[in-house]
Amino acid sequence: MSALGGYFAMGGYAAFVWPAYALTAAVLGGLALHSWQRYRKSVRVLERLQQQLGSRR
Amino acid sequence: MLSRFANPARFMRISATVLPWCGWLSVSSIVAGLYLALFAAPPDYQQGEAVRIMYVHVPAAWMALNIYLFVAVASGIALVWRHPLAEIAARAAAPIGAAFTFVCLTTGSLWGRPMWGTWWVWDARLTSVLVLFFLYLGYIALVNAFDDPGRGGRAGSVLALVGVVNLPIIKFSVDWWNTLHQPASVLRFGKPTIATSMLVPLLVMAVGFMLLFATLLVVRMRAELNERKTLALRLNNAPTSATARPRPDRAASAQPASVP
Repeated sequence: MSALGGYFAMGGYAAFVWPAYALTAAVLGGLALHSWQRYRKSVRVLERLQQQLGSRR
Repeated sequence: MLSRFANPARFMRISATVLPWCGWLSVSSIVAGLYLALFAAPPDYQQGEAVRIMYVHVPAAWMALNIYLFVAVASGIALVWRHPLAEIAARAAAPIGAAFTFVCLTTGSLWGRPMWGTWWVWDARLTSVLVLFFLYLGYIALVNAFDDPGRGGRAGSVLALVGVVNLPIIKFSVDWWNTLHQPASVLRFGKPTIATSMLVPLLVMAVGFMLLFATLLVVRMRAELNERKTLALRLNNAPTSATARPRPDRAASAQPASVP
């Protein structure tokens, strides 16, 4: 337990090391999520439109 | 060679097979890099555990520069050869570059506070990277400022090419001016001045970030191509009650789903 606590303390730099990693994960993860959702939506919209146009003919 | 990949349909076909590989390779190398950076790598003899910030800060900085170069080259190709995918690639890459630049700036600040005793100094390296961040934001704002994506793309391409001047300034700022920031220890003439036990985690993270960029680039390009195809289909098949075709600008603004 104390070894684990010692690890997370990062030799006294915990207040700088962990926010740096958390921030990187949040920014890159957020961008990845946003990109993926935009892509899924673009596929859905295009497929629906192509179906509509196909059934009209 | 370029024209072989100029066809958006071929791009969609090839990228669909490449995408999952790229994505999973990126995730696994970042996970491996995190393990190496947070557990395997030793603490620094001067900086202690704070040196672990390096493993996200430095690869993010490399990506910030490389992606800007990518945007500029793609913009040049778009301007000179009117390559249909080049402008879309530049447009898709810019937000990824901005994200990496933001990560570089903020992690640098979190590293500077305990090591230099300050969050920020207006010295050459830090200021030129901040300028890079604003160049990304300016490019993104400019390409989205026009209803016609072609016009926005051309305006943005010119800005991206002018901004290239900033890249050598960033790279050599630590040599040309007195700065708090340390000089390069990996990408320099001669051998790297960094221990192998630290260099390996750094390179693994860098590969992971590179693959993440490739993955996100492909995802965003595919989204953009789908959105443009949707827009084109809507314009061509718009209900034509009047004899004239609808004006493209009015039809474009009437599509709620076309712009995120």
